[in-house]
Amino acid sequence: MSGRRLSQGGLIDRSRLLRFRFDGRDFTGHPGDTLASALLASGVRVMGRSFKYHRPRGLWGAWFDDPNAVFNVRLRGDELPNCPATTTALVDGMQARAVNAWPNAENDLKGGLDLFHRWLGAGFYYKTFMWPDWHLFEPSIRKMAGLGAVDGKAIDGYVADQLHDDCDLLVAGGGAAGLAAARAAAEAGYSVVLADDHPTLGGSLYQGDEPIEGEEPQAWVAAQVAAIRAAGGRILTSTTVFGLYDHGLAALAEDRGFARAPRLWRLRARRTLVATGAMDRPITFADNDRPGVMSLQGAAEFLGRYGVLAGQRIAVLSNNSHSAPIVARLRAAGAEVIEADPAEGAPRALGGKRLSGVQIGARKIDCDTLLVSGGLTPTVHLWRHAGGKLDWSAEKAAFVPGAGPDHMLAAGAANGTFDLDPALAEARAAALGTPHATGASGYRVRPLWPQPGSKGRQWIDFQHDVTLKDVELAARENYVSVEHLKRYTTLGMAADQGKTANMAGLAAMAAIQGRPIPEVGTTTFRPPFVPVPMELYHGTRRGQAVNPLKRLELEPQHRAAGAAMGEYGGWLRPAWYGPEDQSAITAEVQAARQAAGVFDGSPLGKIEVMGPDAAAFVNFIYYNTIATLEPGHIRYGFMLRENGLIFDDGVIARLAEDRFLISCSSSHVAGVEAMLESWRQDGNDPDRIFVHDTTQHWATITVTGPQARAIVAALDTGADPATLAHMTLTEGRFGDSPLRIARVSFTGDASFELSVPASRAADLWQAVLAAGTPLGARPIGLEAMSVLRAEKGFIMVGKDTDGETMPHDLGFDVPRRKKKAAFVGDRALQTEAANAADRRQLVGLRVADSGTVLPTGAHIVTGDGPQRSIGFVTSSYFSPTLDRPIALALLESGQQRIGDRVQLRHLGQSLSATVTAPCALDPEGERLNA
Amino acid sequence: MQLFPCPFCGPRNEREFHYVAEPGKTRPDTTGDITAEDWAAYLYDTKNEKGPVREVWMHLTCRELFVMERDSVTMDVLGSKTLRRTLPAEGAA
Ligand SMILES: [Zn+2]
Repeated sequence: MSGRRLSQGGLIDRSRLLRFRFDGRDFTGHPGDTLASALLASGVRVMGRSFKYHRPRGLWGAWFDDPNAVFNVRLRGDELPNCPATTTALVDGMQARAVNAWPNAENDLKGGLDLFHRWLGAGFYYKTFMWPDWHLFEPSIRKMAGLGAVDGKAIDGYVADQLHDDCDLLVAGGGAAGLAAARAAAEAGYSVVLADDHPTLGGSLYQGDEPIEGEEPQAWVAAQVAAIRAAGGRILTSTTVFGLYDHGLAALAEDRGFARAPRLWRLRARRTLVATGAMDRPITFADNDRPGVMSLQGAAEFLGRYGVLAGQRIAVLSNNSHSAPIVARLRAAGAEVIEADPAEGAPRALGGKRLSGVQIGARKIDCDTLLVSGGLTPTVHLWRHAGGKLDWSAEKAAFVPGAGPDHMLAAGAANGTFDLDPALAEARAAALGTPHATGASGYRVRPLWPQPGSKGRQWIDFQHDVTLKDVELAARENYVSVEHLKRYTTLGMAADQGKTANMAGLAAMAAIQGRPIPEVGTTTFRPPFVPVPMELYHGTRRGQAVNPLKRLELEPQHRAAGAAMGEYGGWLRPAWYGPEDQSAITAEVQAARQAAGVFDGSPLGKIEVMGPDAAAFVNFIYYNTIATLEPGHIRYGFMLRENGLIFDDGVIARLAEDRFLISCSSSHVAGVEAMLESWRQDGNDPDRIFVHDTTQHWATITVTGPQARAIVAALDTGADPATLAHMTLTEGRFGDSPLRIARVSFTGDASFELSVPASRAADLWQAVLAAGTPLGARPIGLEAMSVLRAEKGFIMVGKDTDGETMPHDLGFDVPRRKKKAAFVGDRALQTEAANAADRRQLVGLRVADSGTVLPTGAHIVTGDGPQRSIGFVTSSYFSPTLDRPIALALLESGQQRIGDRVQLRHLGQSLSATVTAPCALDPEGERLNA
Repeated sequence: MQLFPCPFCGPRNEREFHYVAEPGKTRPDTTGDITAEDWAAYLYDTKNEKGPVREVWMHLTCRELFVMERDSVTMDVLGSKTLRRTLPAEGAA
């Protein structure tokens, strides 16, 4: 026989019955049960199939340390995959199914796979499925192995709350040590948060029947809880401290019920006490994964918390003194217990799906359940997250917390203090920061580690199906570092992160190599301590909230004009106006060339640089000479990085002797401003230069085309556009608001950039369209502007340049040769690489007039010999103005190749084109003054 | 998530900061001759020290540069000072 529910004991509510299904059969349990405890109480033994070999598996542990019982659980239409049965609270109506088993865990059709285990060892997949291509095999292998499948349905309202908070002391773990520490600290006036992953506090107190400080465990726990609350401490149950990060940040996941997203607490704790207890280690012996072989501590938990006796005739195999009170408790509950010493001989579990006994050397014990305890392992994960070191305690045969950051504390079993009264004293001292020496330990353990070369299949990692033989194979193949061992065998890489496996794995490697365990060391402990849903990190940061778009003042006007809005460099901007892109873009380009285009240029950067040293400063920042720029004049130029590569381009206007206006690219404003500030404060006198970003203060409407001058003249600005020369700027009025008129051109036609305070944008837009519409003007979007500038061979940084482009690659060579003053990136323009003859240079590409538009990104390739890419298409459009395709490209030695015919390749397609100068329209620039 | 102390704004989330430079590195005078090796050293050689380090950071929300001392192993912040009152006296960044 196997597990059964006792008529009394435990923390469950026997007055209420909860119904649920598992693998197609009906079961009942009680409030307070987990899926695992209710199934164990109902006599179920096989609760899963192993990851790789499909071996039948039963429960090992009672809480987060169980590697075997993993279910897909459905409740009222919501399904969650890979729920650990031991930590999933039972809810009436649940339907659970063991993962990786079909039709069910008890009778899995793939159970026969285990017969092939000889060929399925570590590295099997790497070695076997290399030829011809892993991807041919991957789908079927993925189906054979693995965990639960997702049903693909999003759960309504599955959104994690995210809270930020702080405290003086965070106590992780609500067992005896944690409760004692939290109470002491709270009563001393500290703000305290106590978090425990169980719904009921008390930790391991329910495993035995010893009184604690003279009280029954439940009464003692209730007294501590009342005292903590009375002193203002906060208690979070069903809440896991799953990660500790830099500067005292703790991440907590608060369970809020099945199929509800947990709540994330980002808690900044001035001190953190790790009181997370200890886990029972498995013993490594032949067939130690048989259903019915359980952790002694797990059986004690099932008994103490859930009133479930794991078996009737129980053999106990233990190497430590911790087992005595549990054995007494099991006997008192009515079990027949036979104790055995692993020193008697190599154990082997007997039986198949049902354990029938255990052979220990020559002694055979008939039993239905085998409880093993290989010694206690302190739960030191959080200690390691925070950068604490581990010391090896030979006396306790365990890694215990060693040196740690000042704000980290550890107490109780997590600190290797396994005896109750010393743990309480240690915890209280830690909480109050008082000195304390923990006395001699009553805990006795005989080291018992995996024996390399011993017979039988001995499991090290139950969840990932890694055996002692796999560790031996890894050692033979020289994967001897624990980090390599982990990755080669996948030991410790399953969802349970090796909670029961890592110690056995590293101890096995130590034994194989004859090295001491502390010398082999542990793998890195990383958050999260238990699996948490991705949603926990996601929270309400979704959709627009992830990276909010910048919105134009004129967005309502654009929408009213039928704009298709799109994201450009973080701004939501009109792409074109009308229901269909191609016809709209063509019409907009034609209007801009024949009459006028009206373009919302508001996102264009407007960074002012002011002060007595401003002129010298911008002269240093720019590749081009700016010092000679007259007030009222504008110059086009580049900003470089110190490595000589182009950072941004745009125009700079000199508003006054000591005042400049930098128009950087719309998407680079923040970056340019940060760059300016860095140079201003680091290397200059920051009191003589001021940098001020006014981009959002001004709205800019660009009017471009043959009718642009007439349209601007029709506005009552007080300025005469007819006298405004190209690349100059003047100030006028728009009503009672200031107006800046800059004559610059990104289209090759006469263009005026009209800037007013953002609040006046709508009035200006209306006035410009009122004046322009009778003359044939129309709004144009970003796509038309991209075509217009490409016709002229004007670049867009980041599109027509890449991470290797220098200004002379674009034909801007004069400052490199002539500029005397120092400027950012100057020396880098004189290196061997900068002078190389085969640099990629900007060119135009022309295809036959009847030809198709070249694909952007197509590679230009060498004609003979093995083909090699010598460049690529950066911009490519159909030009409505020229009535033929146009393209820009970066091409090795492009300037020398003008007139050459070149071959292009794109996704298997061959194309050809002729190299031209970048400018395809009006190379003499006559349109500017037409 | 680290907390960095901006000398102007107080402790703030690390996401508000950008690393700028190693203090004490002087830009060569590029109006004179500079060897490729010296220029490369200026561009690319960083001490990348283990343990206590001094670094120039920018607090993006107030745009001020400051010198932060921290431990690159423990991630402890040891202090921060404004750049302008700190570095000229110590020989500039
Ligand atoms: Zn600040």
